[in-house]
Amino acid sequence: MASLLDALVTGLVYGGVYALLALGLTLQYGVARILNLAYGDFLIAAAVFATLLYQHYQLSPLVSLVLVAPISFLVHLLVYHLVFVQLERRSGSWRAMEASSILLAFGLSFVVSGAMLAIFGGKLFSYSYLLVPVHILGSVVPANRLLAFVLALVFGGIAYLLLVRTRIGTAIRAIAVDPDGAPLAGIDVRRWAGITFAFGGIICAAGGVLISMFQTFNVPMGVSFTLKALVVVIMGGVGNAVGALVAGLILGVTESFVARYVSPGLTLAAVYGLFVLAVLTMRTGILGRALR
Amino acid sequence: MRVSRRHFLVTAAAFGASALLAACGGGEATPTPAPQATPTTAPAGQQPAASPTQGAAPAASPTVVSTQPTKTLRFGCAVSLSGPLAAGADVTIVASYKLWQRDVNEAGGFQLSDGRYMIDIIWADDQSNPEECIRQTQRLITQEKVDFLIPPYSTGINHAVAPIYHQNGYPQAAVATWVTAEDAQRFPYFFSFLGNPDVYAVDGIVGLLKYLNEQGKIGKRIAMPYVDAEFALDFVKPLRPALKDAGFDVVYDQGYPQDVSDLQSVVTEIMRLEPDAVVGITYPNDTMLYVPPMKVLGFNPPVLFLANGPNYYFFYGTYGDDAEGVMGLGGIDVRNQQIVDLYKRFAEFNGQEADRWGGHVYYMVGQVIQQAFERVGKVDRKAIGEEIKNGTFDTVMGPVKLTNNVFLGHWLIGQWQRQPDGKLEYVAIMPRDRAAAEPLVPKPNWKS
Repeated sequence: MASLLDALVTGLVYGGVYALLALGLTLQYGVARILNLAYGDFLIAAAVFATLLYQHYQLSPLVSLVLVAPISFLVHLLVYHLVFVQLERRSGSWRAMEASSILLAFGLSFVVSGAMLAIFGGKLFSYSYLLVPVHILGSVVPANRLLAFVLALVFGGIAYLLLVRTRIGTAIRAIAVDPDGAPLAGIDVRRWAGITFAFGGIICAAGGVLISMFQTFNVPMGVSFTLKALVVVIMGGVGNAVGALVAGLILGVTESFVARYVSPGLTLAAVYGLFVLAVLTMRTGILGRALR
Repeated sequence: MRVSRRHFLVTAAAFGASALLAACGGGEATPTPAPQATPTTAPAGQQPAASPTQGAAPAASPTVVSTQPTKTLRFGCAVSLSGPLAAGADVTIVASYKLWQRDVNEAGGFQLSDGRYMIDIIWADDQSNPEECIRQTQRLITQEKVDFLIPPYSTGINHAVAPIYHQNGYPQAAVATWVTAEDAQRFPYFFSFLGNPDVYAVDGIVGLLKYLNEQGKIGKRIAMPYVDAEFALDFVKPLRPALKDAGFDVVYDQGYPQDVSDLQSVVTEIMRLEPDAVVGITYPNDTMLYVPPMKVLGFNPPVLFLANGPNYYFFYGTYGDDAEGVMGLGGIDVRNQQIVDLYKRFAEFNGQEADRWGGHVYYMVGQVIQQAFERVGKVDRKAIGEEIKNGTFDTVMGPVKLTNNVFLGHWLIGQWQRQPDGKLEYVAIMPRDRAAAEPLVPKPNWKS
């Protein structure tokens, strides 16, 4: 019994990283309607930033977290207005722009990772921070993972409340439902979709800084983070912040149970099995209707 | 949400296609030094001189070459400059041969029978993809007409390009691969300077455990988690029966996927079994996932061996004093001043510390190639291959001679130990007759 509870608690906490990863992407993809394939590369950029600051100036990653959030917000806002809005102008409508935006995001991913590759090459980055045991319900987890879990909950909560309980949130959801019709209701699509995209960028950067605390990474790994996030986003329902949160935690718990009671070799198989099941049986993700 | 299904399908298809592109051919945006051939051969008049196989040519353009012409030997290397293998390739092959190239050129180059030759290396990116490596290697041979090739990174890619090297008559003096007796028969000039997995597994790991057991420092319970990857499976195969024959009890024997993101569940299970030694057959990425849960759970086995990972300096960089006592493959003899100097020069030249398993090996292979070239006296690749196969070479590691195309004189196991200067160094502890220090067992406890 004790070990069951332990598997559950550690699984939940470790799933927090998945949830955090997916939250930013679900906002960008589901709400701002841009499947940002450069997501993982921006995440790596934030992680590299935090690592270098820590290694060269002994700056705590928690400080970098505060530093990197507004930077990432601005960068994403710029990217949105300089790249994606231009594409929308050319395409004539938001809907027409959606398919081509994927290709553009793919190109963006190469620009970001290529630039970093030119500077840092393929070398691995790694440091250790906040590696202190925290006891919860008889289980022990590292504080850095717990922080990722808590941040996922906080960002998930903020996103949910903003989207569902505020006027602006209603406007943003209107954009998600029909970006071409939203201006008829007096909604400034470019402005609010851009801000949502950039808010997703903040979460992306926060995820990067946190991951840098406990995971060894290098520049070419960006793609794998995008993929993982995408799996969780689709499972949780595109654009559904709470769904992403829940899906991420479910994945963590699944991995934890399979590793402990079946075989660690089957964790990935279990995760993808669950994913296929979710896609086949629940069209709009595990929480039923998506926000839009 | 009426469009959701179509929307999802379109995006999924696009993503799949782009992921595929990324995996096999998306390198356009990545910076490869490949396209512009080399700086030294840039002046048109010197082009012929660059290839000694075509005979003496500096006279062809006396107006360009004013002083004594610098003759150049062109080496080609198609290696993973991007993609998942880039991390390993960068700190080993790329960094080591760049240092070697500088050292050779500063010392005046290769002395062949018709004069001195500077070394030029043409780098190409295989994007961590065997097929791309074949393409790039062919390009280096047919278009760049390189005089010699430096083999790529990883077992899989080295075996993929072996036929190309063989067909074109280029010796393959590789490090990051295994070469079996069968390989050596098919490709007579396919060499591995890394050793072979049986020796590491049996003489190294099992030898060490036996040694410690005889001294009464550890019992017989071994936990052996491993990563599901080619390299690890090659290791586990000889290791399992060897452990059994030596009377050890393998209490944990489970694989986990290569892109695992945490190992707390695995470590929890191993901790419950209370083994005397944890022998993880790992890759660098998953190696880094062992220490955090072990520290957090307070699990400190008497022996912690993680195959491929502790040998990288970033292991020490990440965990600092916690690295003390952790073992892995490789190791260096800190009493050998030539080796110590080499590592110092490597760090100064590259701005990063070398890998304590392969760092000196690549450099040593460079020395072997130089001596083979100089003994043959000209670019006769068959004769050079024959010389590497049979000759004995004087290197930073002392005399080097191959056995069945494989170099076996390595340090097998290293351990991070405290040195007189207060820092940790990854010193060789196996095999015992060439070891630099006694194993530090039981491993010191994790620092707070």
